[in-house]
Amino acid sequence: MFAIRRLGAARRTVRWLSTDTIYALSTAPGKSAIAIVRISGAQTPSVLRRMLAREHLPRARQATVARLVDPSDPSDTLDTAVCLWLPGPQSYTGEDMAELHVHGGPAVVSSVLGALGALDGLRMAQAGEFTRRAFDLGKLDLTTLEGISDVLNAETEQQRRLAVRQMGGALQHRYSTWRAQLVQARAMVEAEVDFGDEEALESNTVTRAVQLARSVRKQVAEHLDDRRRGEILRGGARLAIVGPPNAGKSTLLNALVQRPAAIVSPVAGTTRDIVEVTLDIAGFPLVVSDTAGLRQHTSDLVEEEGVRRALAASRDADLRMVVVDCQDALNHGIAHALAPEYRELLHLPQTLVVLSKADTLAPSELKHVEHISREFAAGMGSDGWGVAVVSCETTQGWERMVGRLAEGMRRTWGAQGVAAEAMPLTKARHREHLRTCAARLEAFARVVDDDLVLAAEELRAAADAIGRITGAVGIEDVLDALFSEFCIGK
Amino acid sequence: MWNRGARVNRNLGLALAHGRRRLSAATAKDNHDFDVIVIGGGHAGCEASSAAARAGAKTVLVTQKLETIGEMSCNPSFGGIGKGVLVREVDAMDGLCGRMADLGGVQFRILNRSKGPAVHGPRAQVDRVIYKRNMQETLSSYPGLSLKSGSVADILLERSSEADEQSLKRLASQDSASAQESATVVGVRLESGEIIRARKVVITTGTFLGGEIHIGLKAFPSGRKGEAASIGLSKSLKDAGFRLGRMKTGTPPRLEGQTIDYSHMPRQLGDMPPTPFSFIHDSVPYADRQIMCYQTRTTPEAHEIIRANFDQSIHIRETVRGPRYCPSLESKIKRFSEKQSHIVWLEPEGLPEHTDLVYPNGISNTMPEDIQVKFLRTMPGLENVVMTQPGYGVEYDHIDPRELKRNLETKRVGGLYMAGQINGTTGYEEAAAQGLLAGANAGLAAIAPMNHELSASTPPQLVLDRSDGYLGVLIDDLITRGVEEPYRVFTSRSEYRLSTRADNADIRLTRRAAALGLVRDVHRLARLDSVEADMAYAQSLLERVVMSPNVWESRLGEGTQVCRDGNPRSALDMIRMGFLRDNVWTGARDPENTAVPQARAQPQWAMRPSVSDIVPEWSGVPLGIRQRVITEAMYFGYLKQQRLEVNSFKRDESLRLPTDIDYAQIRVLSREEVDKLTLVRPDTFGAAKRIDGITPGGILALLRYVQRQQ
Repeated sequence: MFAIRRLGAARRTVRWLSTDTIYALSTAPGKSAIAIVRISGAQTPSVLRRMLAREHLPRARQATVARLVDPSDPSDTLDTAVCLWLPGPQSYTGEDMAELHVHGGPAVVSSVLGALGALDGLRMAQAGEFTRRAFDLGKLDLTTLEGISDVLNAETEQQRRLAVRQMGGALQHRYSTWRAQLVQARAMVEAEVDFGDEEALESNTVTRAVQLARSVRKQVAEHLDDRRRGEILRGGARLAIVGPPNAGKSTLLNALVQRPAAIVSPVAGTTRDIVEVTLDIAGFPLVVSDTAGLRQHTSDLVEEEGVRRALAASRDADLRMVVVDCQDALNHGIAHALAPEYRELLHLPQTLVVLSKADTLAPSELKHVEHISREFAAGMGSDGWGVAVVSCETTQGWERMVGRLAEGMRRTWGAQGVAAEAMPLTKARHREHLRTCAARLEAFARVVDDDLVLAAEELRAAADAIGRITGAVGIEDVLDALFSEFCIGK
Repeated sequence: MWNRGARVNRNLGLALAHGRRRLSAATAKDNHDFDVIVIGGGHAGCEASSAAARAGAKTVLVTQKLETIGEMSCNPSFGGIGKGVLVREVDAMDGLCGRMADLGGVQFRILNRSKGPAVHGPRAQVDRVIYKRNMQETLSSYPGLSLKSGSVADILLERSSEADEQSLKRLASQDSASAQESATVVGVRLESGEIIRARKVVITTGTFLGGEIHIGLKAFPSGRKGEAASIGLSKSLKDAGFRLGRMKTGTPPRLEGQTIDYSHMPRQLGDMPPTPFSFIHDSVPYADRQIMCYQTRTTPEAHEIIRANFDQSIHIRETVRGPRYCPSLESKIKRFSEKQSHIVWLEPEGLPEHTDLVYPNGISNTMPEDIQVKFLRTMPGLENVVMTQPGYGVEYDHIDPRELKRNLETKRVGGLYMAGQINGTTGYEEAAAQGLLAGANAGLAAIAPMNHELSASTPPQLVLDRSDGYLGVLIDDLITRGVEEPYRVFTSRSEYRLSTRADNADIRLTRRAAALGLVRDVHRLARLDSVEADMAYAQSLLERVVMSPNVWESRLGEGTQVCRDGNPRSALDMIRMGFLRDNVWTGARDPENTAVPQARAQPQWAMRPSVSDIVPEWSGVPLGIRQRVITEAMYFGYLKQQRLEVNSFKRDESLRLPTDIDYAQIRVLSREEVDKLTLVRPDTFGAAKRIDGITPGGILALLRYVQRQQ
């Protein structure tokens, strides 16, 4: 009996055939001290140059410590890693290879995988592909497949299904909806291609496909625009604490970090610069800026410059705590307690209004302030994080304030972030497929008026990309949709 | 075991074929009457018998009635979208149906003309009488081929080395899961009792296997109107343990042309000039006598009549699966109840001197005769129509095509091949293409040296994969997925449709077929050489005209947006980038065509200067060559990408797997995976990957297991 036979020709030509360069996390996903990302293929040298942001490659087969950057923004350091440059053919696959030994945190791993995925001509390896390439290049006999770890690490279908389940009902539902819409769009276009000339199809068949594709593309793009989630998980969300002079910003910050990070002074306008500290709330890293207070008529130019910078910083921050003395809120209402420059901040998304110094209020006043808070929070819109009434002295309302903060962060970056953290590999893979999908849908829109067949090819590629997440889109799915939609009957 | 890849040595050519032919004569010493028996004279049988004969095998075609050989039993047309590509592929391998359709064609059109050339579909209305006459004349004088009338009662088998003749019934007890070739075919027995011995047998019996015709609630065994079904054959296949399925199809009534009032109907004319199917034809005999087709439609009254008589139709009442894309009128009305009307094409069955019959395309049904007449007469123009033959439904047995190997030989019985509708397909083109492949492989295997020392090396076979053409897609789909409804090609089934087009079937397949000795007409190769030379010359004309981006922009007009990098670009580059086009496909349609579906809005480029305005010699290039060069150029980027995909696909296809694995031994595999693998028994790594529900982990486990067993 013969077993696996490879044609001689395949072995000889494979160098020319393997044009893609592939990468994958080769250690087990999850928290570990070190994670190893492997790259294999002809483009490995250029990938290394871009990831290390330098012209010369590390010395072959020698461990080199280097800064890893995001090639799309080389000023962004992803990690400091041990890099190995393993020129072919003396490598595992026989191709040019590299290994990046990075810190094992899920955020670091996913950012490195993400950066690799964004490079042209580089794609995530399919299950067992490293081994497959090694086999193709005659690097290993199939007997040695046995003990090879990336066979075991290969993302299996079961893992994929599990991952989809872990994504949570909402996300899973969203992916399946896109898949169904793309199947439908394909059915429209394929109906036009295969039957349009012989059957009396509705005249708007292609238009409907274009609309469906446009809608999916928009949703995928929005989904991919994750409000810097990757960076936030890695480097922390930037929190600005902002408010009028002496509203209690620095006291709040001190309470948050539980150590005196900012100069706290009861005299208005003493905090002149932006002070930054890092803290951890509900598992999210937060970088906090305490900003200079703002007085409406200050004659101090240094103070004025500080205020200008503080306002700009709070606008650019990922989230804001706008601090208002609860006495002012009680007397003027929340909006009118603030100078006009501050008021616009109240309506930015990811903003939590903090009414400070709650301990100075009488119980009846507190009741009134809480009433004001509820009314204001109701008018903040869905992106606002509401109003918290708090005292840093007595820690009254503190739990609720931190709770609101954590809840807001989970809502904005979290639900997927937490799941993704557990499976950076899956997440990065999904993002890669979604990027492909969006790009092919864009190409579809470009060519659909000129050549329907090319458009159909783009749509197929887009549906296949989604199919890699949700389960393959087969021609039978498309034909089912087609024949239930159209009466084809010649 | 058959395990030969799709490798073809291009240098072999015809010389080898002749050598083999001599060899076969020398080895025919034993008690075989023929090398190959082909059962059935439909489209599959005609191609199978002629291909086997071309391969050098002494072949006999056995059919119930010689006078029905080459009968077009349903629609009077060949080709169409997807199907037209199959006809070209058959022709490229020196098959018959493309040439016969050209000779009998009475209206030619390229479908999908307004869409990309990748999905152009050559189609022709064909005169039944001429087609059949030419096919019978061709086959009766085909070198190496005999025709014989007779009904096959049984297939004779021999178990491995035992010489005693056995009935197929012995095999019935066999566990179908271990479907290993355990018997070899040695011939057939006719109902007359006569025994014909042969090395290989090809079954192409269409709907005759357990065939049953339905008209209304009447049902009677028959393969085609007025002909007996093959009951004995069906039984012997069942006895051999083949998994059989049952399918249904239908055909519309036939009408008397002179009783139809065409005066208010939209008309449809052929293309002028017509485009022949065959690569060796420049024109067709009836180019100037093309007939017209007419369009009418069903009416709400007709739907009401049918709805009121649903209980009169066996097809509505039974659950046997019919095709979704060619539904009976009953099921159209049932499934799309909101539609008030369906289009019906009235297609003459041939030239007026041969027939007055009209085929109403779109209303196949199984209603009782009187109901059929009644609803027909509600349709515009058919108020006084005379129906010469009612529409009817056919139910028939087919084998599960997962019983087949890639060369269309059964896994269960060595030397037994199957092609056409018996494999669960529908359509003349699908049948013809399978017939050619099965016949060629039976022929090639039959003439391979029977020397025992050499028998370890398997005979060369014609094996096509998905990237080779629609025939490759068709066969791969059949053997890895099976069929749930009559299988028909669609361009959307092929992931390689940009590269496997109607226009380039000759380049894809002719030399490959010739290397196996399957091309008898030597002019084909010469012609292919000259076409390729012409294409190279035409392309060089485009490459020679080189201009700077500024000049291009001024020549092509506003909005061209050529990248102004200062790099000069050739006319070929500009076509590849989509800035320059040639209207090589427009204009052939007659303005009188009143029934043509509305063309989509003209793309913007149609207004710009075309290639002939830029490259003066271009207009001197023959149209066909221009079309082919432009097609290659406009898909250039995609074809380049597709070549990469094809390469990775071919890598997977070149990894062969044994097909006798006991998959249950592989512990990692899930129960579902074991079941699916057992049913299909994939022969390559790629085929295993294509089976629905097989996981990457499962495939790797399979690879490891196979290695350990070695």
